[in-house]
Amino acid sequence: MPPKIGVYVCHCGTNIAHTVDVEEVTRAAGGLPNVAIARDYIYMCSDPGQQLIQDDIRELGLDRVVVASCSPRMHELTFRAVLRDADINPYYLQIANIREQCSWVHTERARATEKAKGVVSAAVSRACLLEPLEERDAQVTPAALVIGGGIAGMQTALTIADAGYVVHLVEKGPSIGGHVAELGRTFPTLEDVGPLLGGVIQSVETHPNIELFTNSQVVEVEGFIGNFEVKVRRGAANSREEAASDDVAGSQQGEEIRDLSVGAIVVATGFDIFDAALKPEFAYGLYDGVITGLELERLSSSSGPTGGKISVADREIRDVVFIHCVGSRDRNLGNPYCSRICCMYTAKQAHVVREKLPDARITVFYIDMRAFGKGFEEFYDRVREERVLYRRGNASEIYKRGDRLVVRAEDTLLSKPVEVEADLVVLATGLVPRSDGDQIASLLKLSRSADGFFMELHPKLRPVDTATDGVYLAGCCQSPKDIADTVAQAKAAASSALIPLSLGKVRVESVACAIDPLLCSGCGLCADACIYGALNLDERRGVMTANQVICKGCGACATACPSGAIVVKHFTLDQILAEVEAAI
Amino acid sequence: METEQSILERCDLWGCIQCGKCTGGCPMAFKTTLNIRRLIYEALIEGAVDPSGMEELWDCTTCGTCVLRCPKEVEPADMIVALRTVLVDGGVIPPTIRDALTSVFRYGNPSLMPPDERADWAEGLGVKNIADGADVLYFVGCIPSYDDRAQKVAKALVKVFQKADVDFGILGVEEKCCCNEVRRVGEEGLFEYMVEEQLELFGKYNVQRIVTTSPHCYNTFKNEYEGLDIEVRHYTQFVAELVKEGKLTFSGELDKVVTYHDPCFLGKQNDIFDEPREIIQSIPGVEFREMDRIRDRSLCCEGGGGRMWWEGTNPEDRLATSRFEEVLSVGADIMAVACPFCLLTFELAAKAGGYEERVQVLDILELVAEVI
Repeated sequence: MPPKIGVYVCHCGTNIAHTVDVEEVTRAAGGLPNVAIARDYIYMCSDPGQQLIQDDIRELGLDRVVVASCSPRMHELTFRAVLRDADINPYYLQIANIREQCSWVHTERARATEKAKGVVSAAVSRACLLEPLEERDAQVTPAALVIGGGIAGMQTALTIADAGYVVHLVEKGPSIGGHVAELGRTFPTLEDVGPLLGGVIQSVETHPNIELFTNSQVVEVEGFIGNFEVKVRRGAANSREEAASDDVAGSQQGEEIRDLSVGAIVVATGFDIFDAALKPEFAYGLYDGVITGLELERLSSSSGPTGGKISVADREIRDVVFIHCVGSRDRNLGNPYCSRICCMYTAKQAHVVREKLPDARITVFYIDMRAFGKGFEEFYDRVREERVLYRRGNASEIYKRGDRLVVRAEDTLLSKPVEVEADLVVLATGLVPRSDGDQIASLLKLSRSADGFFMELHPKLRPVDTATDGVYLAGCCQSPKDIADTVAQAKAAASSALIPLSLGKVRVESVACAIDPLLCSGCGLCADACIYGALNLDERRGVMTANQVICKGCGACATACPSGAIVVKHFTLDQILAEVEAAI
Repeated sequence: METEQSILERCDLWGCIQCGKCTGGCPMAFKTTLNIRRLIYEALIEGAVDPSGMEELWDCTTCGTCVLRCPKEVEPADMIVALRTVLVDGGVIPPTIRDALTSVFRYGNPSLMPPDERADWAEGLGVKNIADGADVLYFVGCIPSYDDRAQKVAKALVKVFQKADVDFGILGVEEKCCCNEVRRVGEEGLFEYMVEEQLELFGKYNVQRIVTTSPHCYNTFKNEYEGLDIEVRHYTQFVAELVKEGKLTFSGELDKVVTYHDPCFLGKQNDIFDEPREIIQSIPGVEFREMDRIRDRSLCCEGGGGRMWWEGTNPEDRLATSRFEEVLSVGADIMAVACPFCLLTFELAAKAGGYEERVQVLDILELVAEVI
């Protein structure tokens, strides 16, 4: 039975109609073979537009639809739903892009209209050859894995667990809490981290839905969204060295390998602190009076080595100097990015020092002041009002004069080089990607951004997603941020993970490859071409098989196959050639 | 050599965030009006900088601290040299520097010394000419060739070579200035001319390896002579290896407390910090003590960038003085150096500051030569 095609040409307001004569395109489409009806409408994607298509399908018995409109990336899914609702297989839809690829890139009306006619004609030819594809769902295991037990990991775990799902939280170290546990008070509210974090840790430890693994590492991840199979090495303290090797089967005393099945994975592995010894001009490690910001947190803590007193080797502290941007904004070191938190944590530390040393002279050497968040600028005002001197100019070097440290810098606002003597110098060291980042990245096929942190799918619109469906990012492993932003991102990652978990099933994209076992010789060239790992050899039969869920339908395998045994469904050779022939 | 390009076109200054680490680390910024950060800002904002009347431009020793500190990979020292070339092109140059340049062009050395006396220091030492073929070309340099004090260093290195059976030769009277300083005072034309001559000379004698006395010669051969396909090493690298391989052994002892001053062109600019220390520490009897300002934080002697030929806008306030105080504070009596410029500037400063009774300035080679 010959196909019965309906062609629908969209004006898209004036986006298309301004440049393309849509009535003319509709008229031409109506004259094409196998086209039962051709209509134009102002906004095809609107409810009345969609209704138009559905009514025609029912009344005229259409079995295929061509929509000439914007890019399929915009509304292919919308129109597929229209077909589905009208009980037609959604893969009988063909989009003709006459906006992004026509009206938006041309100005001459006559020629643009001719081109649009050609595009529609090609779409119609292809539509004749479309085949129905099975729409399948895969079940989702109602559990999640969170890697990393810092504030990001804990918050993600709590959110997913509160929503009713089991969460396996895996932490490499002996306890959860991460770097936040090393802090004293947080900006801008100056709350003590102890009770703040203590509450979160308690919630995690007592939550009925959270299974906590400490001293543990994820050693293997297989599968796909909704169906991940994970191996966790849960061990005693000394097994952390073993964990660096790939020996999954090996076991030490007190060590075990746990198999977990989860539907979603969130990576919340955090960061490392920049090693100040890499800036030799600051003599870190040489002078005991030069410390990092994190060390000052410890020093100012009542549970620290001096009981919270700011002193170095029992010396009285009269002058304190803070230096911004140590290890950040530095191309020489390969850390060109800004670590985001140092301006604020330095301001907080300057405040803490001012509280403990009311008469000390406190100087902060800065280049720029980044106080972007809620309450940040107000906090910066407060700190300056506490007589903390902000001098513009990044320090160039530190040397000694007797017992005193001498910080050399230029005060760029005075345009004068200065030497400021100090008893204590605090280096605002930045955040760097973790040294074990490669291990995690290879486990989960994570990409890295240029700065070395894990790469999000889209910097603006998909900040917690990765290129792998079902794997999400939260916290500083994605990029430096403070606690507030980390918690926000953790909740975002949890909500993204909850989508497949709560739906219980994931739609498997039907556009995948199909292998003809009669033509396949099992040579494996397709598997070499596949970057998603979707192809495997069935050793018993000697032919390749394609995992329909992992396959993204990119077509690299079809190109690589010397026997022509693989086709990509919905993009067969015949379909593509028909489109080409009609266009030329 | 005329150039139509503006400062902004010649130097890549746009990355500058005006952090001030350059001026903050510049040894001359603290005793002159030289402010490289502000000059960069003026260039960016005004599009051009008029260097006329800027005497402080000649104060720069090209120590390279600014380049080392800059987080945005801008090279502030480049701008100073570029501004100097503008002045030189216009004939505005301190007369003593101009005389040095003329001398380099005419006589192959900046000190108006006769070229045919260049190898006199080596008389009677049994030193081979490179024309007779040798494994290593010992590139002596202008100061060690002609200056009485610095000649002792050249002689010491010859002694080391001979004790270690190194097959070396010198260019003798054919040797000409490496022109590292010539370039840094802005005479780009003369620099390029001399590079061509040098390359021809090295090619003529099929030179494979060069060892230099001066870190300045080392720097320009290694980093700036385009088309030089030769292994270039500073003597500290070469001698440290001789010691490590057991080819140089010590028969005597030197019971002294020694400290070491990192020369800018060896240390900051070329990352050679360990080899000089290895040599000193291998000398039997020596007690080695580190000063405070070492390695990346070493304080320039004020000899580079043409300063050997010009006193500067603030000659009374010598950076070298604080160095002597540091030597004394660690209880050392010998300050070891590895650069002929450091050697001469520190000796002069010692006399001027009254330190000559208390601090001896010696090249590492002079210490080594005493015990082999």
